[in-house]
Amino acid sequence: MTHGAIAASAGVMRPPVDREAGAGVYNEKLGMWVFLGSEVMFFTALIGSYIILRVAHPEMWAPPGKVLNVPITAVNTFLLICSSVTMVKAFASAQDGLQRPLCLWLLATCIIGATFVGVQAFEYHHLIEKGFVPSEGLYGSTFYTMTGFHGFHVSVGVICLSFVTWKAFRGKYTSTDHRGVEVVGLYWHFVDLVWIILFTIVYLI
Amino acid sequence: MTEMATRGTIAEQHTHRDDRPFIRRYIFSTDHKIIGIQFLLMSLLFLLLGGMLAMLMRWQLGFPGRPLPIIGSLFPEAMVQNGIVLPEFYDSLVTMHGTFMVFFAIMPLLVGVFGNYLIPLKIGAPDMAFPRINMASFWLAVPAGVLMLAGFFVEGGHAAAGWTSYAPLSANSEYSGVSTGQIIWCISLIVLGLSSILGSFNYITTIINMRAPGMIWFRMPLSIWSLFITAILVLLAMPVLSGAIIMLLFDQTIGTHFFLPPKGGQPLLWQHLFWFFGHPEVYILILPAMGMASDIIANGSRKPIFGYVSMVLALLGIGVLGWGVWGHHMFMSGMNPTLGTGFMISTLLISVPSAIKVFNWMGTMWRGNIQFHVPMLHAVSFVAMFVIGGLSGVFMAASPVDIYIHDTYFIVAHLHYVLFGGSLFAIFASITYWYPKMFGRLMSPRWGKVHFWLTFVFYNLVFFPMHQLGLHGHMRRLYDPTQYEFLKPLQPLNTFISISAFLLFASQLIFAVNFIASWFTGAKAGPNPWHDNGLEWTLPSPPPHGNFAVTPTVYRGPYEYSSPLVEEDWLPQDRRLDRSPAPAPGGHR
Repeated sequence: MTHGAIAASAGVMRPPVDREAGAGVYNEKLGMWVFLGSEVMFFTALIGSYIILRVAHPEMWAPPGKVLNVPITAVNTFLLICSSVTMVKAFASAQDGLQRPLCLWLLATCIIGATFVGVQAFEYHHLIEKGFVPSEGLYGSTFYTMTGFHGFHVSVGVICLSFVTWKAFRGKYTSTDHRGVEVVGLYWHFVDLVWIILFTIVYLI
Repeated sequence: MTEMATRGTIAEQHTHRDDRPFIRRYIFSTDHKIIGIQFLLMSLLFLLLGGMLAMLMRWQLGFPGRPLPIIGSLFPEAMVQNGIVLPEFYDSLVTMHGTFMVFFAIMPLLVGVFGNYLIPLKIGAPDMAFPRINMASFWLAVPAGVLMLAGFFVEGGHAAAGWTSYAPLSANSEYSGVSTGQIIWCISLIVLGLSSILGSFNYITTIINMRAPGMIWFRMPLSIWSLFITAILVLLAMPVLSGAIIMLLFDQTIGTHFFLPPKGGQPLLWQHLFWFFGHPEVYILILPAMGMASDIIANGSRKPIFGYVSMVLALLGIGVLGWGVWGHHMFMSGMNPTLGTGFMISTLLISVPSAIKVFNWMGTMWRGNIQFHVPMLHAVSFVAMFVIGGLSGVFMAASPVDIYIHDTYFIVAHLHYVLFGGSLFAIFASITYWYPKMFGRLMSPRWGKVHFWLTFVFYNLVFFPMHQLGLHGHMRRLYDPTQYEFLKPLQPLNTFISISAFLLFASQLIFAVNFIASWFTGAKAGPNPWHDNGLEWTLPSPPPHGNFAVTPTVYRGPYEYSSPLVEEDWLPQDRRLDRSPAPAPGGHR
């Protein structure tokens, strides 16, 4: 009994450790990373279904470039990658506390993002006129679902970016606290990354 | 340090005077405790509704062709004619009983209610990491539920393809005769999925980043461990369901072909996607129940939990293995049988961590000074029922046996033994256990015991005979068993089950009355009615907005019951012992 009590007390009497560092990052950033895990699973469901359906019925897909306009979309892809670069520049400016460049880089990211959605809408319009609609077959079904939900994510990103840009113009971000810029940047890079995968498997293969 | 001090003063201010207007305080509240209680009231209403749907089904199965007494004339002609439930309406009942119970009752009761209420209190945080997103999570769940209810009143009736909504039946209204109802089902679950995802990444962030000083991972209560692992499962499984349902919705509305065979779509793809979500979902519905039952069993046994670390590892093991077993729902789907063998082995592996947990619960109770208070009764019966449900799960997991009993009442018995006998008993345990913390009053122990014993007896009378029905080949979701010659001898058993089910339902009214009446007339609980060690029991009941006036420091795990170091038989996590241990009079008590 005494022996047990001493052994137990050795455990109990240990000095309390300090508040654990947790993930070592602030809540908003950690929350965004965790949320992006959820987004990965969402796109995995769509992309996984696409792969399964395509492997089962390869004859239902036209050769690359026959139905879809690859050159325009390639330019669009380039634009979106550029918007990731401007986002990085915006974040770097925020870290250095440079207000004017921060606002301008953010504004550039917004505009390029909106342009991407615009080009995609134009492409949809063109394809539907040609008779390539979602109900056409598996090709149309998967194309519109995957690119459509990506476009939806870009649109949400543009809305969030506009909000962050507005706050930046009002001088809300300092070199010590610019969480909004970093968190929206994480989302933006994720959306960009998804598009690179989608562009490859939907347009090029 | 300054941040902590500021937080302390804010909390103190709120303790003294809470001048938020009523709407911000009780309706659109960002306080995790209020949101938890809101989820509790919402999901209890859906639990009641799901039960009522089951009663209609039981009447039809127990007394096929006999008009519904009293309430028969209240239904519209499209549902019930001359007091008799129509087959189409019966299909909607089956579908909606499952949907409401899984998505709007059990899941929010475990994850929404106790995730919200317990996580910040038990880890010593002032609130969730993102209180406004937390509020959005609740206020997305409400419209999702209202929308799902509205489906009953649209033309063509509510969704009727089962809660699993197998394609192609669910993907084209020409096959099922239901169009609007199925679309509503899809949209409602997409909204609910978003609500769950918002909730879960909030929980994960809070648990990782907001633990009080000294609350290291292996001092966390098992309830928090289980909610943490559950939140990860929700986070990663719900988006897959959303993706699948979006494709199903497009098949119904804009004419895509994902799951429709005529133009190359694959019905089996729906099953894979659904069960890839669906099996983690099964663990979402049982892991928090296991965690909270662990807390309550340790408390009721006045002993430290047996094998704390192995309990955590078993939770993790179930959480990981749960991703690789979905195919055991599909042994009869025409899937490649070789694949079935793999799924069979992975499924049987899950019984190892599950058995570890069961033996640890028994080890906890072994030679304990057991207090049979109402939460403990429910928690112990949770363990017993989970054993039965777990063992019948082994039958289903073995594909040679499953081929014989697939889609019979055996699976109905199995899933109710884990969902009602498992999850719901743990939910009753948890509600009665944390009710005094939520409302400041105890639920009546006398009526609690009456409710427990009636529920326990009638529950087993309802669901145990279903194993026998299943082994005799009684199909699940069957509208009228008497239409088959070989099922006619089983009809007395069906009638017996139905009568027991009505009594089971009636017993739940005792709980409802006890729940409401105790809110006003229950005995004042005081801060720590169960002599528990958790941080939430150091606060007044109900705790003030902002929780802790001073951030607590944690010195030990949550299960130090009957410690020789102190006079009492409990030792709160935040009590500092810096003098030499007191002599323990009379040894272990």
